[in-house]
Amino acid sequence: MTTTTEKRFDNAQEIIKYIDALKAKKEKKLQKKSIYVCVGTGCTASGSRKVYAKFVDVIKQKGLDVAIEKIDDDDEPVKRTGCCGLCSLGPLVKVMPSGITYSHVTVDDVEEIVEKTLVNGESIERLLLTDPISHQKVERLEDATFFKNQTFYIMNEIGKSECESIEDYMARGGYLSLAKVLSMDRKEIIEIIKASGLRGRGGGGFPTGLKWEAAYNSKGDIKYIVCNADEGDPGAFMNRTLLERDPHSVLEGMIIAAYAIGAQEGYAYIRAEYPIAVEMFNKAIESAKEYGLLGDNILGTDFSLDIHVKEGAGAFVCGEETALLSSIEGKRGTPRPRPPFPAQAGLWGKPTLINNVETYGNVAKILRDGVESYRTRGVQKSPGTKMFSVTGPLNLTGIIEVQFGTTLRYILENICGGTSNGRRIKAIQIGGPSGACLPEELFDLPLDYDTLKSVGAMVGSGGIVAITDDRCMVEVARFFLDFTKRESCGKCVPCREGTMQAYNILEKFTQGKATYEDLETLEYVSEIVRTASLCGLGKTAPNPIVSTLKYFKEEYIEHIEGKCPSGMCTAFKKYIISPEKCKSCSLCARSCPNGAISGERGKPYVIDQDKCVKCGLCVTKCKFGAIELVG
Amino acid sequence: MLTRSFDKVEDILEKYGYRKEMLIKILLEIQHEYRHIPREVVNYIGVALGIPPAKIYGVITFYSQFSLNPKGEYTIMICDGTACHMEGSMNLVKVIEEEIGIRPGEVTQDLKFSLDKVGCLGACALAPAMVINGEVYGKLTPDKVREILRNIKERKAE
Ligand SMILES: Cc1cc2nc3c(=O)[nH]c(=O)nc-3n(C[C@H](O)[C@H](O)[C@H](O)COP(=O)(O)O)c2cc1C
Ligand code: SF4
Ligand code: SF4
Ligand code: SF4
Ligand code: FES
Ligand code: FES
Repeated sequence: MTTTTEKRFDNAQEIIKYIDALKAKKEKKLQKKSIYVCVGTGCTASGSRKVYAKFVDVIKQKGLDVAIEKIDDDDEPVKRTGCCGLCSLGPLVKVMPSGITYSHVTVDDVEEIVEKTLVNGESIERLLLTDPISHQKVERLEDATFFKNQTFYIMNEIGKSECESIEDYMARGGYLSLAKVLSMDRKEIIEIIKASGLRGRGGGGFPTGLKWEAAYNSKGDIKYIVCNADEGDPGAFMNRTLLERDPHSVLEGMIIAAYAIGAQEGYAYIRAEYPIAVEMFNKAIESAKEYGLLGDNILGTDFSLDIHVKEGAGAFVCGEETALLSSIEGKRGTPRPRPPFPAQAGLWGKPTLINNVETYGNVAKILRDGVESYRTRGVQKSPGTKMFSVTGPLNLTGIIEVQFGTTLRYILENICGGTSNGRRIKAIQIGGPSGACLPEELFDLPLDYDTLKSVGAMVGSGGIVAITDDRCMVEVARFFLDFTKRESCGKCVPCREGTMQAYNILEKFTQGKATYEDLETLEYVSEIVRTASLCGLGKTAPNPIVSTLKYFKEEYIEHIEGKCPSGMCTAFKKYIISPEKCKSCSLCARSCPNGAISGERGKPYVIDQDKCVKCGLCVTKCKFGAIELVG
Repeated sequence: MLTRSFDKVEDILEKYGYRKEMLIKILLEIQHEYRHIPREVVNYIGVALGIPPAKIYGVITFYSQFSLNPKGEYTIMICDGTACHMEGSMNLVKVIEEEIGIRPGEVTQDLKFSLDKVGCLGACALAPAMVINGEVYGKLTPDKVREILRNIKERKAE
């Protein structure tokens, strides 16, 4: 067994040979008996780490070493893998070599899985996933329609990659690109990225190759590279997933980019709310250093690079690139006008390249498998794939990867299996607080940067939220404005005051106090915020309003007319006591915090609507089900 | 107490080499250590790093992870991200208020619990979700929330 220090590589040929050997080893590994437990955030929340510990225990106790051959000392029979994308079914456990995957595994299932599946190769019916589309039990995750209908480019090897192991990444061809590019001309690398048509996954879809070229052309001895992992959209977690399941793919992309533009130092700016991602990325940095892939004289060349993790401290606006840079410098994260762009004057005034996590995640693959291969997916102007997080009342939710040009309807129906509550999906929110709400008529549009833009939406970082007809679109707009008004950094008046005003008006709607005049003011304020704000936060903050006004205006009007069509806004509702059902027991009257209920023996009790604050407490108290919410 | 607390601060400052640009990381660790940023500490690190205290306050008030007043022994972060909001996270806020008597941004008088609303925790597939002292709880219902809080209260009583 080699020790860690012996693994330092100082030339490209050597590491390429080593990677080949690892590939063969991985092949063998997957033929052996072993268990992969998902330890991503979702599964961890459902208890997967306890399940993992239990597997380790049971296997140790049973002394199954004979049945479970190891490839070498490093090879443990129970492995930790990153998010598989199906977090709603977690904890997920995959048993190799059969690939049988179980969902909702609890500590109590562990012994049975070891005995039946690991040792004997039998599957346990009860723990198998039922495909909501084919309605059949599926043994292997890959056979579920959810996965079959996706297009994988950066998310392959679902459930059988070891997220913390650099060797596992290398066995999948990782760091081959880095070994290759270090002998290439820098301009040549940039040309390849340009030819691929890769566009930034952080929201705007700016051509990545052009950005690299600008940073390369910027004069200066000191240059920086930054990875934007702030992921502020409050309903999305693709970046987190990629960092947790394949941190080295992002790191390799960063190292290559640094080489291409001539940077010596880099930062990954990760939200502090993502502790597992921070941990995984730090580990990845450490192992890359051990292997001579990061640090001084990478692979024996004169290229040296240091990468640090910077934790964000909870401010949405820090996802905006100039604010992010200011935050890395340890200051308040307030945006500044561009130009100059970061490529000219970024961190500490030096040329800086900033890209999103997923953008970097594509780089090494493109350089390894070629531009042609990359462009076989997606559409002409938006080639490749995109990760989306899909949430809402759907049968399956989680993280998916599809090619650009896929339609929303395909995602909702052919991947996620339609709604879980039998209701109609009336809208899709895409792109978070800067994004829009699209109505059902637009579900057949191809998802790509330019098409979405043409309907007033944006890909954003990739959050998709399904909204069913029992949800109120005005409330959705109010929710996002509540978010942007709190997150506005306050530097410019239109954004600071405008989002506040728009919010107040929206609140009037949800509280049943709005007038037709408010509708006009809302449109007017939105326009001002959109045109007069300094940074992207303000410029896009009205999008949720504008899109709901455009596609769901009737809901606004109904609110003015005294009704919330979805029944979600409680202000329009009232609690009433059914005279037939009431037994005059007085329990409700005694529990009402506002003394809104009165009555006397023998007669049904009544609620004084002026005093009632709609807390709903009385409903829970009545033993006869006499109190109802109507409206 | 105070001198002991400065020892900890010294350790943290030392760990980051008294570098100005590490201010946010230093504050994150101090917040973690004391569950808030004590005012004396602001002055102390101001001198140590050569940053005017007013600037440090500017940073503290800007980022939601920092607080000048102590957080509870159990910090409850209820997710109000898009997915959780749609699944009724605000009802859970009411349940928490009923159960321990505080609203988002507040701390119980005995400093046992504090409550904050946060954006997505990355567990949307399990919406609605909350985090208590780093542990994520998903697919919450009012009853589940009550049970979790009651369990913690009992744990304290022991
Ligand atoms: C308010 C606001 C928030 C943003 N948040 C993010 C974010 O969380 N992640 C991200 O990668 N880009 C975010 N961006 C976009 C960045 O400013 C920048 O364009 C991006 O990081 C560039 O990377 P790319 O070219 O790889 O997309 C945000 C922009 C604005 C205006
Ligand atoms: S638009 Fe809003 S977030 Fe952006 S700089 Fe102005 S006030 Fe700050
Ligand atoms: S909803 Fe609340 S305030 Fe209204 S009558 Fe019932 S208990 Fe009283
Ligand atoms: S608790 Fe129910 S039955 Fe009793 S007085 Fe109230 S409404 Fe009537
Ligand atoms: S965390 Fe396990 S599938 Fe997402
Ligand atoms: S919105 Fe609550 S965890 Fe994502």
